[in-house]
Amino acid sequence: MESLVEWMSQPWPWYVAGPLIAFTMVLLLFVGKSFGVSDTLRTTCAIGGGGRVSDFFDFDWRKQTWNLVFVLGAIIGGFIASTWLQQPDPIPLAQDTIERLQELGIDNPGENYLPEEIFSWESLFTLRGFVMLVIGGFLIGFGARYAGGCTSGHAISGLSNLQVPSLIAVVGFFIGGLIMTYLLLPVILTL
Amino acid sequence: MKFLTYLSIGTLFGIIMTKSQAISWYRIYEMFRFDSFHMYGIIGSAVILGMISVALIKKYKLRSTTGDPITFSPKNMSIPRYLFGGTIFGLGWAMTGACPGPIYTLIGNGYGVILVVLFSAILGTLTYGILRKRLPH
Repeated sequence: MESLVEWMSQPWPWYVAGPLIAFTMVLLLFVGKSFGVSDTLRTTCAIGGGGRVSDFFDFDWRKQTWNLVFVLGAIIGGFIASTWLQQPDPIPLAQDTIERLQELGIDNPGENYLPEEIFSWESLFTLRGFVMLVIGGFLIGFGARYAGGCTSGHAISGLSNLQVPSLIAVVGFFIGGLIMTYLLLPVILTL
Repeated sequence: MKFLTYLSIGTLFGIIMTKSQAISWYRIYEMFRFDSFHMYGIIGSAVILGMISVALIKKYKLRSTTGDPITFSPKNMSIPRYLFGGTIFGLGWAMTGACPGPIYTLIGNGYGVILVVLFSAILGTLTYGILRKRLPH
């Protein structure tokens, strides 16, 4: 048992994680649901009474509660992995990535999952932290619903079902991602 | 019982996302700089296996555990909706380094401040719902 936990505590390579994500999607299909995490944001709006401001939130959200249970699981999974399956080594990032981030003022790239200079409560009250956490989150929620799905709904579920709209959405994800990474982040990170 | 089914599939997902480091802001930054194969390997292998699984489900007309046929709803064709929406999402994804799945899993990992990202994402979704009829779809 101990060696199993030790083995599971190693970082999982892509060829383990990718197939397991496909397995997650297939499990959901077999229980009659479809894999799409950003739907939970719309459901939350509906539960909170969003139907009063837009008919987009006026639907029977009870049919979507399964997805809220799924993301509750995703939170628990994060807790389990960080509590019992942790490993102390930093993330083995590419050397080019590490050097570029150091130039942009990130001290220990890969030390944790997130750069703590930005993702902390203290940082929230700085211009840089506010932009990255609040504006960043807003763009995710707005864009995912505008595009009708996020990474799970389009890149995984949609592409698996050979949907051209999902391919267009994924191209969009990369256009936005590249603009942010190459043009905007160098400015935002040095705010 | 159903509650436990969804909860355990979600838990599995959260563990996968954490242990593969796909929840890491650094891994997303590295992906958009094309410095490493890691994230492309994860998404690529998931999509290829997903395609094969969906094709097999359709070919053999497999049924879910409730006995109903497994159905797939095709998405309505449009270019502006997916391109504009996708680009806006991509800006946010590269900024926070997290898409909706990892947002939840990071909270479980103890990064409490990600609750702010989640709250802002809900606000973004609400704003989309209000403006929806004025946006090109």
